[in-house]
Amino acid sequence: MKLSLILATLLLAPAVTLAMTAEERGLEIAKEVDTRDTGFHDFKASMTMLLKNRHGEESLRDMRNQTLEVENDGDKTLVVFDEPRDVKGTALLSFSHKVGDDDQWLYLPALKRVKRIASRNKSGPFMGSEFAYEDISSQEVEKYTYKFIEESEHDGIASYLLERYPVDPNSGYTRQQMWVDKERYIPIKIDYYDRKNVLLKTLVFRGYQQYLDQYWRADEMFMENHQTGKSTLLTWKQYDFRSGLTDADFNKNSLKRAR
Amino acid sequence: MPGLLSAGEWSGYAELQGRYFPQDAAYENQSDHLISLAFQPEYYQRWDNGNQSLLVVPFFRWDSEDEERTHADIRELIWTYAGNRWEAQAGVGKVFWGVTEALHLVDTINQTDLVENPDGEQKLGQPLIKLSLERDWGILDFYTLIGFRERTFPGDEGRLRSNPPVDQDYAEYESDREERHLDFALRWSHYIGDWDIGLAHFNGTSRDPLFIPRFGNRGEIRLIPFYEQMHQTSLDLQATKGDWLWKLEAIHRSIDSGSYNAATGGFEYTLVGIADTDMDLGLLGEYLYDDRGDEATTPFQNDLFVGFRLTANDVDGSELLAGVIKDMDESSWMFNLEASRRIGSDWKTSAQIRVWSDIAEQDPLYSMRRDDYAELTLTRFF
Repeated sequence: MKLSLILATLLLAPAVTLAMTAEERGLEIAKEVDTRDTGFHDFKASMTMLLKNRHGEESLRDMRNQTLEVENDGDKTLVVFDEPRDVKGTALLSFSHKVGDDDQWLYLPALKRVKRIASRNKSGPFMGSEFAYEDISSQEVEKYTYKFIEESEHDGIASYLLERYPVDPNSGYTRQQMWVDKERYIPIKIDYYDRKNVLLKTLVFRGYQQYLDQYWRADEMFMENHQTGKSTLLTWKQYDFRSGLTDADFNKNSLKRAR
Repeated sequence: MPGLLSAGEWSGYAELQGRYFPQDAAYENQSDHLISLAFQPEYYQRWDNGNQSLLVVPFFRWDSEDEERTHADIRELIWTYAGNRWEAQAGVGKVFWGVTEALHLVDTINQTDLVENPDGEQKLGQPLIKLSLERDWGILDFYTLIGFRERTFPGDEGRLRSNPPVDQDYAEYESDREERHLDFALRWSHYIGDWDIGLAHFNGTSRDPLFIPRFGNRGEIRLIPFYEQMHQTSLDLQATKGDWLWKLEAIHRSIDSGSYNAATGGFEYTLVGIADTDMDLGLLGEYLYDDRGDEATTPFQNDLFVGFRLTANDVDGSELLAGVIKDMDESSWMFNLEASRRIGSDWKTSAQIRVWSDIAEQDPLYSMRRDDYAELTLTRFF
């Protein structure tokens, strides 16, 4: 009896794998990406955005990022702006959620005012850049449904090509095509398709480095808008993992203190 | 000890401002334009692994027409200690409470620097000691306010003034301790899901003066500000529901001259990415109420505010806010427009247009009926 059960399991196992739908396989890969990036606890980093329009005119954004991992929910993030100078000290506190709208508070230092803002606007440009808030906010598995397309090679890296579909009807995209490094389970490129299902933007991750012997972070994220000819190069610097941040560093008082 | 004291950091801005008043002045010696310069440097230093910090923000303004508007202030000179789930502050500080746009009823800690702008959004620094507890059930702030700041008022030659003008050199107080009265305030604020709530109580010198007519040195009539003692309990509430923000501010104020209730409430609805662009259009509506009615010391006793906010989300951060406040009892209405955009990374231009129209004679704004103005400001940040 017992033996036949084991035999049956052994015989059935490959069949189960084969029977896995493209959706199940896509989800499985997304979950693996998430699992491998779980447990970092917190990090601090500085971010620079170099905005370029189609005439080559440049504009710079400087900010600092603090992120705290939250168990069973999205991350908590505090972003403080240093440049341009007129928004220096402006800070954005976000509690992202796996399901539903994120909670967001904006601190305006000139008035000392903390404003709760409508976070449904996730498709608009972040600080005039080519990144939308939804592109850089906490990438939770639950925010998309998935479909495995094929195994492919991208830039000499063996990868899985997935398609993911935003669950939120307020997303600016119908779908995204994402190339995931087969070995390290990290995204290397994402194509964004707008609400009319036309290719809008491409994001390329460059210069991955490993922190704490586990967590991969790209030094550069290059976003190119195919429809406007504009681009934004987001550079991450001075990563500091497990820097000792706690929940107390992510409230309205710490938002006002951030600067 | 290495790393104990990090280098201080300087920043700030300087601005050049011009205002033009198209209508003839209502009162003698008032001019039809002004040029003004302002300078606000900022020094910030943190130490003790960032747990302690000092912020120093002096402010200076020179005005070509109004000697009362040429003034200086210490906006901030404050030491902050950030503990584990608590915070202490001492010095001269600035505090904002509230959620609504047209009027800030609940915001009471800082005095209004009225000569800066008739909208009352600019504030004078307030000497204070603050202790803040950060708990799972919200943030609890205890304030001791050491000493009182008098409101600034335009001088005889300034536009946007009352008639007769206010003489701030002879302010009077209900309290024998006058401007040395110690004020106290307590505030609890928290958020629960989509809701942000603030409850506060203030006991001390009212920031809003009454005005007593008195004869000046030359036999002319002057208004003398009289500052009463008050108890004020306030509520501010915001519900953030998708693209809708629902807002309410309400106060109950007990003063010798009569207790009253006032409230402002309304919404902001944002249309995201209008007409296939990156632009957002916010529609605003608020109702302003004061149960003293005609006896109210504010012009906003039964008024409606409607407006819109256009945010371009472009590289230059272009913004436009325009609105009308209409008195539902009188003919009076006022129109406001504020627009700004960045030039490069260090400069910004902003424009303001304010129009007061059909102001009824009994309206507190009557003396400003001819003071419509357009303002252009160029700011350099450093």
